[in-house]
Amino acid sequence: MNIDHHIPDEILLAYASGSAPEAWSLIVATHLALCPQCRERVSEHERMGGSLLESLPPEALTEDAFDLLMKKIDGQPEQEVTVKEPVVWVPSVLPEPLRSYVGGDLHALKWRRLGKGVLHIPIETKDGQAQARLLKVPAGKPVPTHGHNGDELTLVLTGSFKTHQGEFRRGDIETADGDVEHTPLAGEGEDCICLAVTDAPLRFKSLGAKLVQPFIGI
Amino acid sequence: MANDVADVFSADDLVHCLLAVGARQDRLAFRVLFDHFAPRVKTYIVQLGCSHQQAEELAQETMVKVWNKASQFDSEKAAPSTWVFRIARNLRIDAFRRESHPELDQNDPSLLPAEERPADITVEQKQSEQQLRKAMDELPQEQMELLHLSFFQDMAHGAIAEKLGLPLGTVKSRLRLALGKLRKKIDDDQMYTSGLSE
Repeated sequence: MNIDHHIPDEILLAYASGSAPEAWSLIVATHLALCPQCRERVSEHERMGGSLLESLPPEALTEDAFDLLMKKIDGQPEQEVTVKEPVVWVPSVLPEPLRSYVGGDLHALKWRRLGKGVLHIPIETKDGQAQARLLKVPAGKPVPTHGHNGDELTLVLTGSFKTHQGEFRRGDIETADGDVEHTPLAGEGEDCICLAVTDAPLRFKSLGAKLVQPFIGI
Repeated sequence: MANDVADVFSADDLVHCLLAVGARQDRLAFRVLFDHFAPRVKTYIVQLGCSHQQAEELAQETMVKVWNKASQFDSEKAAPSTWVFRIARNLRIDAFRRESHPELDQNDPSLLPAEERPADITVEQKQSEQQLRKAMDELPQEQMELLHLSFFQDMAHGAIAEKLGLPLGTVKSRLRLALGKLRKKIDDDQMYTSGLSE
């Protein structure tokens, strides 16, 4: 599998530095599971973090800090020896960490209707800025036309979709910012399931879609 | 002061200490790690805008994690500083924002593995710690500032743009430029070093 569309460097950096909101980090980490190249880049960025940490002027802790720490460590309940469970090879469509966020693989999902055959599942994160959700667009159907107030990242998990930027398949990331207005079209043959994260509510073009927007929480 | 003593240890010494803690809960080795890392983690947390007391607590918590997880440390995959940075980063996200930092699961059957790489790449990985530091020092001030804001001010790109009075697009493209430059610098240096060693 070849990934053609990657996550922009500055977003990978936000993930590595810890400044990205949780929903962004969720889509980055899920893409990383499918993309060795971005995985490598995040490691590079984390190395920068390590290197910056190393170069910080040390600030002394209180006199007895080490003794207090050892007391704390000795007082811990016996650490269960972390023997890694042998990996049970259950193939799944949704990679971690996404699978844990939605409570299981595809068969466990409870889809809600979004209109025009499109289904969705809002995903709960603790950040107040960005919103994550799974979208399921029937094969060959368009996703309702929308523009953005902010940035949107979309990660394809099954099927594919096309925009003017090209075709997006499993593992690919589509990046849209405030200026982009697009009508993604799902590919034929397989429903397109993707993870979409926005840092501002979408602006839908049609009045109908606008009217329902406040009620469906996207 | 204990900190000065710890600073005479090399990066390799820190690797050995971390491995010793992981293998046999070596307390002397842990003391070295504590003296080296705890004061730096404290500075890291203070720079992120925390009180000294909170920073002290988080530095302590970071070291508890270092003790507990030392057996999982893999010296082939990361330098101790990077490994400790990840622990401190995740703890402070949890503490400040009550959020978690979603991470991929290396044992997930859905994970697409990277292609096998020749063994000498790992050696280059180690060299690149110093090269990275050097390359970062050579970045123009305005680009280094953005890296600092990302790592030490917990600022999303929008917030950085606002603080610096720059358009969002400029912040993004400047960051991209800085990261691209660092990558190129390290690649060039690696070619140079491997050329020398032949």
